[in-house]
Amino acid sequence: MSAPKTLYDKIWDAHVVSEDADGTCLLYIDRHLVHEVTSPQAFEGLRLTGRKVRCPEKTIAVPDHNVPTTEGRETHIDNEESRIQVEALDKNAKDFGINYYPVTDIRQGIVHIVGPEQGWTLPGMTVVCGDSHTATHGAFGALAHGIGTSEVEHVLATQTLIQKKSKNMKVEITGKLKPGVTAKDITLAVIGLTGTAGGTGHVIEYCGEAIRALSMEGRMTVCNMAIEGGARAGLIAPDETTFDYVRGRAHAPKGAQWEAALNWWKTLFTDDGAHFDKVVTIRGEDIEPVVTWGTSPEDVLPISAVVPAPEDFTGGKVEAAKRALDYMGLTPGQKLTDIAIDTVFIGSCTNGRIEDLRAAAEIVKGKKIKDGMRAMVVPGSGLVRHQAEEEGIAQIFIDAGFEWRLAGCSMCLAMNPDQLGEYERCASTSNRNFEGRQGYKGRTHLVSPAMAAAAALTGHLTDVREMM
Amino acid sequence: MEKFTKVTGIAAPMPLVNIDTDMIIPKGFLKTIKRTGLGVHAFDEMRYDRQGNENPDFVLNKPQYRKAEILVAGDNFGCGSSREHAPWALADFGIKVIVSTSFADIFFNNSFKNGMLPIVLPQAEVDLLMADAEKGANARMTVDLEAQEITTSDGHVIKFEVDQFKKHCLLNGLDDIGLTLEKVSAIHDFETKSAQSRPWV
Repeated sequence: MSAPKTLYDKIWDAHVVSEDADGTCLLYIDRHLVHEVTSPQAFEGLRLTGRKVRCPEKTIAVPDHNVPTTEGRETHIDNEESRIQVEALDKNAKDFGINYYPVTDIRQGIVHIVGPEQGWTLPGMTVVCGDSHTATHGAFGALAHGIGTSEVEHVLATQTLIQKKSKNMKVEITGKLKPGVTAKDITLAVIGLTGTAGGTGHVIEYCGEAIRALSMEGRMTVCNMAIEGGARAGLIAPDETTFDYVRGRAHAPKGAQWEAALNWWKTLFTDDGAHFDKVVTIRGEDIEPVVTWGTSPEDVLPISAVVPAPEDFTGGKVEAAKRALDYMGLTPGQKLTDIAIDTVFIGSCTNGRIEDLRAAAEIVKGKKIKDGMRAMVVPGSGLVRHQAEEEGIAQIFIDAGFEWRLAGCSMCLAMNPDQLGEYERCASTSNRNFEGRQGYKGRTHLVSPAMAAAAALTGHLTDVREMM
Repeated sequence: MEKFTKVTGIAAPMPLVNIDTDMIIPKGFLKTIKRTGLGVHAFDEMRYDRQGNENPDFVLNKPQYRKAEILVAGDNFGCGSSREHAPWALADFGIKVIVSTSFADIFFNNSFKNGMLPIVLPQAEVDLLMADAEKGANARMTVDLEAQEITTSDGHVIKFEVDQFKKHCLLNGLDDIGLTLEKVSAIHDFETKSAQSRPWV
C-alpha cells in the first residue's frame, strides 16, 4: 500500500508532467485566469517570440482591477492608462481566442468571483492567475495560487509551470463559531496567530468542524487570505457543500462526465496518518469578531481589545509597530471601539459574494448610516449584483445611505477612482491594510462584512454582537 | 535574460520588517503595459513626497546609497501582491541582490525571472550584513553566485544556499519558456492521458 497522502500531495501528483532529479517539476495547469493589470507584458512577450496560447479553452480573462464601478464605464473610462490596459485585454482576448467577460457582460466581475461562479473552478484542478488572491479557489479543493507576469507568459505558452513542491501545513478550526463570528474572523485570527510569514513555503489545508460548517462563500473567504498568511495556497477538501455549489454551473461537467468527476473528487481528502510539516489548531469558540489595528494583516486583535504599544512586541516588530501606530494615527491603550471611521467599503474577492452582502444587509436593515459617513457596496460580480437586487438587499443598502456600485476590485486596491483621501479611515472587508493600499496615507481596518456594516451605522469600530 | 555571475557593489540597509509590494511599487504605477522604466518609482511613497520631492531620510536617497546594487532587508521582504512590477522596479533601479531572513513566495520566484538573486540567511548573518551595509558607500560587498558566497567589506565570508535549477538559469541567463518547450512532447503526452482520465477538464 502506498504511503498516506495529504490533499495537496494528491492534487500535486495528478499534475506532474515531468520531474528532474533535484525535485524541480513541470506542473500542468488546468485553468489560467487573466486580468488586465498583470497580463499585457505577457501577451506582448508571446507576440515578440511568435508564440501562441497553448490552450485558449482553459484560459479565462476578465477586466476587474482598473474598471470604474460607476455607470457609463461600458462606453468610456476616464483614466487613460486604465483605459489602455482594459483595451489591451479586449484585444489580447480576441487575438488569442481566449474566454472573455468584458465590462458589457453581466457575468463580469472580480476574476476570483467569476471563476467559481461560472464553474471554471472545479475540485482537484490546478488554477493560477497573475494575482496573489488566486488562493481563493482553494476553497474547492483546487490547488490555486498567484504567479508573476513572467509565469503568466509561461503558462500561456506552455500550460505548465516550473515548480518545486511546498511543505504541508494543517490549520484546524475545531468546534463551532459563536454568533457574530464569520469566515473573515477565522482567517484573520489565523494570520494574527501565525503571522504573515507563518505559512511561507507551505500549502495550508484548512480543516475541522468550523470549516466544514462554512458555505462555499465562507470557505472562499478563508482560502482567499492564505496568501496574507504567507502560504503558497490554501485548500479545503471538497464535500457535499462543494458539489452542491458546482452542480449545474455553466462550465461544470454534465451527465456521465459529472458522475466520473464526482467519483474522483470524492477521493480528494487527506488520508489518515498523512504527514504535515506544521500544524496549528484553534478552538472555534475562542474566536471573537476581530479587526486589524496596524499596517500588516497580522496586526489582528479582538474588537474588545485596546491598541497595543510597540513594547508589546519583540525584534523587528517593535520598529514596525511604532511606524504602524504613527501611520494609523493611533495611541497605545486606546479602545478599538473608540476608533472613529470615515468610510466603509464592502466588497472585494475576500468579501464581495452574495452571502457577504446578506450578512451586512442583516445589520443595516431599516437603519441609516452615520451622518457624514461614506459607505459603499461593490458586489463581486454583475451576477452577485443582480441577485442582491432580486433579493431586495440592494434596496436595504440604498435606503440606509450606501452607494450601490458596479462590480470590480474597487477600493480593495484603489487602482480605479475608488480611493481613500489622506488620513481618511476605512472599515474595509478587503484583505490588505498596507500603507497606501486604499489611497495615499489612507488608513485601513480589515473587518468582516457584518462588522463593516456595524461601523457604518455607528461611525466607529463596533462589536457587531451588540447589534444582533 | 542577462547572465548573473558575480556582483560587487554597495549594499543598502532596509531593516524594516514586512516590506510589502505596495511599498516597493504603489498601485498607481501598475497601469503600465511595459516592463521597463519603473526604477524611478521604486519605493515611491517612502522615497518622495506628494510634490515629487525626495525624502532625504529615505535610505536610497542618501548620497552613499544612491547607487546601491544590494539590499539587506528585514524579515518577510516582498509580501503581498503577485505584481512582477515590484522586481521590475527594483531591477530597473539597479538592484541585483536582496538579502533577508525570509521572502514572500511569489516575490521570491519573480525575482529570479528578472535576473535578480534573493538570498535567505539566518538572522545572525543578516544582522552582520546589515551592520556592514550601515557603513555606507565604502562598504562594498561581493556576491558570488557560482561559489554561493557573500564577502563583506572586511573580508568576512558567508555561504548561502540557492536552488540549483534557479542558479543554473541565472548563471546562464536562460529563458524558462524556451527550456519548457524542449519538453513539449511530455506536455502533449500528459494532455492525451488527461483527456482520458479527466475529460471534464
